[in-house]
Amino acid sequence: MTLSEQFPILVVILPMFVAPLLAMLASRGQLPWLIATATSALTFAIAITLTAEVLQSGTIEYILGDWPVPFGIGLTIGPLSAMMLMIISGASTVALVAGRESMNAEVGSVHQSLLYSCWLLALTGLLGIAATGDAFNIFVFMEISSLASYVMVANGPNRQALTASFKYLVTGTLGATFYLVGVGYLYMMTGTLNIADMAQRLGEVSDTLPIFIAAGFVMLGLALKAALFPMHAWMPNAYQFAPTPVAIFFAACSTKVALFVMLRFEYVLFLPNLGQQATFLSSLLIPLCVGGFLVGSAVAIFERDLKRMLGYSSVAQLAYIVLGISLASGAGVTAAMIHFFNHALIKAALFVAVAGMIIRFGSSSLDQLAGVGKRMPLTVLGFVLAGVSLIGVPLTAGFISKWYLIQAVLNEGGLGIVLTALILVSSLMAVVYIWKVVEVAYFKEPADGQEGTARQEAPLPLLVVLWVLVAANFWFGIDPSLPIGLATQEASSLMGGMQ
Amino acid sequence: MSDSTLILLALALPLVFSGVIAITGANRNLRDSLMVASAVVLFMTVVSILPSVAAGARPSVELFDIIPGLALGFEIEPLGMIFALVASGLWVLTSLYGIGYMRGAHEKHQTRFFACFSIAIFAALGVAFAENMFTLFIFYEVLSLSTYPLVAHKGTEEAKRGARIYLGLLLGTSIGLMLPAMLVTWWLTGTLSFQPGGILQDNVSRGVGAVLLILYMFGIGKAALMPFHRWLPSAMVAPTPVSALLHAVAVVKAGVFTVLKVSVYLFGLDYLQSLWSADFVMWVAAFTLLSASIVALQKTNLKARLAYSTVSQLSYIVLGAMLANQLSITGGGLHIVMHAFGKITLFFCAGAIYVAAHKTEISQMDGLGRKMPITMFAFLLGALSVIGAPPLGGFWSKWHLMLGAVDAQQQIMIAVFLISTLLNIAYLLPPVVRAFLLAPPKEDEEKEEEDGHGDHESHGVGHRFGLAEAPLLCLIPLSLTAIGTLLLFFFVDPILGLIQSIFTGVM
Amino acid sequence: MTLLGLYNYWIYILLLVVGLYAVLVKSNYVKRMIGLGIFQSAVFLLFITMDKVEGGTGPIMRGIPDPDQLFSNPLPQVLILTAIVVGIAVTALGLALAIRIREEYGTIEESEIRRQDHES
Repeated sequence: MTLSEQFPILVVILPMFVAPLLAMLASRGQLPWLIATATSALTFAIAITLTAEVLQSGTIEYILGDWPVPFGIGLTIGPLSAMMLMIISGASTVALVAGRESMNAEVGSVHQSLLYSCWLLALTGLLGIAATGDAFNIFVFMEISSLASYVMVANGPNRQALTASFKYLVTGTLGATFYLVGVGYLYMMTGTLNIADMAQRLGEVSDTLPIFIAAGFVMLGLALKAALFPMHAWMPNAYQFAPTPVAIFFAACSTKVALFVMLRFEYVLFLPNLGQQATFLSSLLIPLCVGGFLVGSAVAIFERDLKRMLGYSSVAQLAYIVLGISLASGAGVTAAMIHFFNHALIKAALFVAVAGMIIRFGSSSLDQLAGVGKRMPLTVLGFVLAGVSLIGVPLTAGFISKWYLIQAVLNEGGLGIVLTALILVSSLMAVVYIWKVVEVAYFKEPADGQEGTARQEAPLPLLVVLWVLVAANFWFGIDPSLPIGLATQEASSLMGGMQ
Repeated sequence: MSDSTLILLALALPLVFSGVIAITGANRNLRDSLMVASAVVLFMTVVSILPSVAAGARPSVELFDIIPGLALGFEIEPLGMIFALVASGLWVLTSLYGIGYMRGAHEKHQTRFFACFSIAIFAALGVAFAENMFTLFIFYEVLSLSTYPLVAHKGTEEAKRGARIYLGLLLGTSIGLMLPAMLVTWWLTGTLSFQPGGILQDNVSRGVGAVLLILYMFGIGKAALMPFHRWLPSAMVAPTPVSALLHAVAVVKAGVFTVLKVSVYLFGLDYLQSLWSADFVMWVAAFTLLSASIVALQKTNLKARLAYSTVSQLSYIVLGAMLANQLSITGGGLHIVMHAFGKITLFFCAGAIYVAAHKTEISQMDGLGRKMPITMFAFLLGALSVIGAPPLGGFWSKWHLMLGAVDAQQQIMIAVFLISTLLNIAYLLPPVVRAFLLAPPKEDEEKEEEDGHGDHESHGVGHRFGLAEAPLLCLIPLSLTAIGTLLLFFFVDPILGLIQSIFTGVM
Repeated sequence: MTLLGLYNYWIYILLLVVGLYAVLVKSNYVKRMIGLGIFQSAVFLLFITMDKVEGGTGPIMRGIPDPDQLFSNPLPQVLILTAIVVGIAVTALGLALAIRIREEYGTIEESEIRRQDHES
């Protein structure tokens, strides 16, 4: 029994064990941060190892406690799970390293150790969702991470963080409970909670109405968690008022995890077994996606606060992913998975840059950031380059996602042409809101009272992280073999299961 | 050195130099001399690829696949060779001119300016050398983005607004129209490589092909086809070297080059002739041609007039592409060269007039010929070339375009060309005539009495002779390009042969 | 089983809807938490209903069980226990947030809070 064989479970429970430790270290300066970052980095390393293994030898199955799978809980780490593990642990590490100063500024040291403790619990929860193969286990981990998230969001410097967190709590619990109802129906019809087992047994179920209802509940619940239009209102709010490092972490990965679950359920359980009804469900999603990316981009154009603007931008980007999922084709799901990866890189970079601006300028509102391009050239340049990736200019990661998505959409014939046009319209809207920032940053004169302050870049760790992310955006825009490889591997096994 | 290495070198050079310029920015003289040196080396590199291409070879380099099946690759064929030669050759002169102008006009942020300049040339060469539409698109976008800081250079409200329209239109058309066209092409044919005879012939029905043509032609915003032409006059807020770069060297030439490339190597001439939308775009080009000329007539600002003239001239090439026969394509290719030389001369002169005499309106140019004879004579040569009068180079391109119109049985286009020529005369010659034949306005003479001599360095050559010419670094480039327009008339054969080798394969 | 005989499910639907109504419509934060609690208990009811076997007794083993004895399914009950715990945590957290909001705003009515935010 080597240590590396235990990696699948280790990656999930390592943060869980460290969390209580942190709770006991109140007010010990930077020690909580250090431990949290070390733990996060360790999980990232393990995630990378797991990914390499999956790429080489295929899906990893791990059984907890020697209870064989239909009776016990099993972890299933396939290509997509491995990608999610990397994204989650990577986002966490990035946010911790880049956000240290922000955390010091926004959250008093008294609460920091507790907050980091919650951070690690959230990390556990998210990693668990990615790794597990049991439907109820997903619910448990989902709630672990959500509860920790509610606490984390509530710690923002502004009192509005409290109401934002409350709304997040209510919406999130509704979502999780709907999901639970769906799982209940599925259990009722199949008698098992293990997803792979369920997939097999669903084939033998004759009355598909409860399955259809289960699908509805599950999708609705996950849509609430994933901030899919029109249930997206909680997200920009939460991102705006949460402490900035928390916003970095969540923007890069938390809603994606809900989409990950949605993808799995859709392709493993519902599509193969519901036939007609599943396509009906998919076609319901498509207008919602269109609404998501059009409304999200449109509102982003008018937002004055950068964090809020990026929140709405995320609504749009996540809608792209759901569009890929709802196409019910191999190409669509591949595009969605590629965008999981790329969007994490883009949003993380954007939020890290904003964090830098907040540290030096004290505000993320465009009204107060005039001329920031001259004072923080490297930071703002990083933001612009990440923005270019968001728009989808070739040579960036964002372009690869758009290319695959539109290729997938074109397969849908006439509808595909309309969707392509709408996707491109929302890309152009992205050009508008990114360029708004460029203009304010570079071409607007600083307000009185702010002139004369010399060049003052963001703190070094933040800059380094920012530029690593920006470089990654370009790297994966030129050599996207990693995300494409993982995505195609997963897509073929998903679609193969549907035959 | 093998051709592949030369291609990569030609691309790497400006990119590396933009970095070097950014670093040595503080030391003005070092930076400026490096700039010119790199331009010269670049031109020589490009020239050394010429012999192979002229002999019929198609040197290529394939770098790697970005998306499985879509590679970043370069392949040089005659059109690309011509564009690259024009761009790199004129870049040498534009750099010299730019240095003279920026110093003379005491512009700020010169380092940022020249660094972006270099990146723009890198992008233009990337467009010229692209082996497939995907690579071309990448460099096309890089070109749009790298010229944005150049257009917005002055930082004034007006500059920002102009730059916003510039980028908005260019990115809007490329992302909104050209990209979907590319995606559909890829989806239908499985390739985006440029091939003689085109790739659409057997794979795409006429109906779909017609729609694709419209998407491509209007999506190539840099060709300034109406109604997406507005960015050109808006970009006039930029300093004149930028206008020269935009109009003659890089941006618009990249646009019409792409038009020709798409027409010849993606669609193929035979396929193109059979599409109804080719006729439609042809009429749009004709309309753009004429209406832009009419607008140019009404402009009193010299640069604005030249801008609309460019919009009109670009449509010549688009029209040639849509006529879709060998003669018209030859005319279009020739026009890339002729218009480049002619327009750049005109813009250089406009800039010189601003630096030396601080004038921007045509009405102020009366009697300027006395103070700036060299500049105004160069202007005359450039104007005649654009008009298409022998013995200037512009004559040949118009000639071939008109022959192409006959060949395609679109005789009405000949009328369009002729009317346009008359309009060209009407808006290009008056400034010259006024400069030489009219007396200078009263205020000028009074100002001269007060000024005295011993001015700051912005006034250049010829003080001793009672002239007030532009600085030497401006004067030399504009004289050279003006002489170029003359030489191009006599030495057009090599260029002609190179273009025609597209159709035969060997020169 | 007649339609009316499935009264468990009717009650579950009723509770679900009542809870949802309270969460969405009420503007008082505590009332929302109450609604959330009702909503969650509806789900508990669903799970417990599904695991009750007709004629089955509680799934507890004393010694060696009689082979003919029917037991209710223990698994959903375990799931519900977990869900109840989660529900408690959510309620506790929600109420803690409500208390803090009261401290900061002086009220827990949504409309009043929105007005205060708007003014600041």
